[in-house]
Amino acid sequence: MASEIARRVMEIIAEQALLDLSDVTPEATLESLGIDSLGLVESIFAIEEAFDVSVPFNANEPGKSSFDISSVGAIIAAVETLVDQSQT
Amino acid sequence: MRRVVITGAGTINALGQTVSQTYEAFAQGRCGIGILDIQDLERLSIRIGGQVRDWPTEGVFNRQEIALYDRFTQFAVQAAHQAVAASGLIFEDQLSLTSGVVLGTAGGGVNTWDENYRTVYEEGKNRVHPFVVPKLMNNAAASHISMEYNLRGPSFTVATACASSNHAMGQAFNMIRHGMAQVMLTGGSEAMLCFGGIKAWEGLRVMSRDACRPFSANRNGMVQGEGAAVFVFEEYEHARARGAEILAEVIGFAMTSDAADIVMPSAQGAERAITGCLKDAGLNREDVGYINAHGTGTAANDKTECAAVAHAFGGHADRLMISSTKSMHGHLIGGTGAVELLACLMALREGVIAPTIGYEEADPECALDVVPNVARQAQVDVVMSNAFAFGGLNAVIALRRV
Repeated sequence: MASEIARRVMEIIAEQALLDLSDVTPEATLESLGIDSLGLVESIFAIEEAFDVSVPFNANEPGKSSFDISSVGAIIAAVETLVDQSQT
Repeated sequence: MRRVVITGAGTINALGQTVSQTYEAFAQGRCGIGILDIQDLERLSIRIGGQVRDWPTEGVFNRQEIALYDRFTQFAVQAAHQAVAASGLIFEDQLSLTSGVVLGTAGGGVNTWDENYRTVYEEGKNRVHPFVVPKLMNNAAASHISMEYNLRGPSFTVATACASSNHAMGQAFNMIRHGMAQVMLTGGSEAMLCFGGIKAWEGLRVMSRDACRPFSANRNGMVQGEGAAVFVFEEYEHARARGAEILAEVIGFAMTSDAADIVMPSAQGAERAITGCLKDAGLNREDVGYINAHGTGTAANDKTECAAVAHAFGGHADRLMISSTKSMHGHLIGGTGAVELLACLMALREGVIAPTIGYEEADPECALDVVPNVARQAQVDVVMSNAFAFGGLNAVIALRRV
């Protein structure tokens, strides 16, 4: 299941960045992929829709959110946590 | 060019249902933001707003008016009643032909859209009230005011998101200045505190769940408000000849476009609007004593606005006062510049500067005198009001004491 989540998150990010899936690595940052603040908000929306979860994120204080967006890998881990929580 | 003065004002907003109640709240630093009283609140994650409470439609509007007036029209018509009564004007003969109304609104009849979508989508009905279209259209408020006062000159509505009211008042100012009209009722109105109106804003993830704290380092977003303000803009000689009480003179206006991003503001675009307004008014930057900020309480706006003001005013930026009254009445979107012009009038007329309330923590990126938390007594002769809209459309207006 974990790898399935990772694949789906990377697909969402690749689509947002207009890149091939193979260009999106866990080490990449959203900035390095060319995703701006609107792209981030749209990606979060797509993640919420894909996994039926609610992502705690306020664009005014991105650092304060428990949802870590510092890299693609961090986002995958955060989504895995949210999916775990929603299943328990 | 002809001179333009303000000879009447009226308002309905979360702080009060008259100009004097609003001034009193500004002077006390009172917050009009609270838990919303709307349908389906439990399905919203944002549950606060600057809502107009105890709004008595019964006894104020007749049966046909209630059928035709969306909430944004109700607010605008009531504000216009107050403004025209204060001005003492009667629109007859030639004055009627050379007077009009230009209002700002971003959403128009949002409650009417919301209620009728519920009817057809949620309740599954196949019939809606026959007046849905004339009730929700963006120009409904301007048109009803023109009918109410027999204003037969130029009338229209401006929709430039959060700058709508400033753009509207700028048009009214220039129309009188250049001889297109003798008197213009102007300002703006908004009423989008309903389920759909808030759900849409939620999506953008820029809203605060607890308070609007402009310029404060711990600010976490904007809070919506609702209401209207309407002013009587009048050609100076006309006002003087009839012995009208002049509240202030409108002396300058400028608008610019960022041409950059649909939501992120640009300091350069904002600065060009500010310096353009100074130039239009023939002012030196040292003349300006107070600025009513756009000050939305978002991370992006407040630091960009402060950078624009600092750059436009140079060393004088540290001597002028700049406050955001959105901390008290919320962000009225298309109506916001109109209600905020009241803080400018209060500064000129009463010598009281409305504070930025909710200010808790200094932000080095907003290092200006934001009149934190408590109103201040100060004599100012020239004031400005900023509005910077989504879509990068900026509008700044300047007033002077007469």
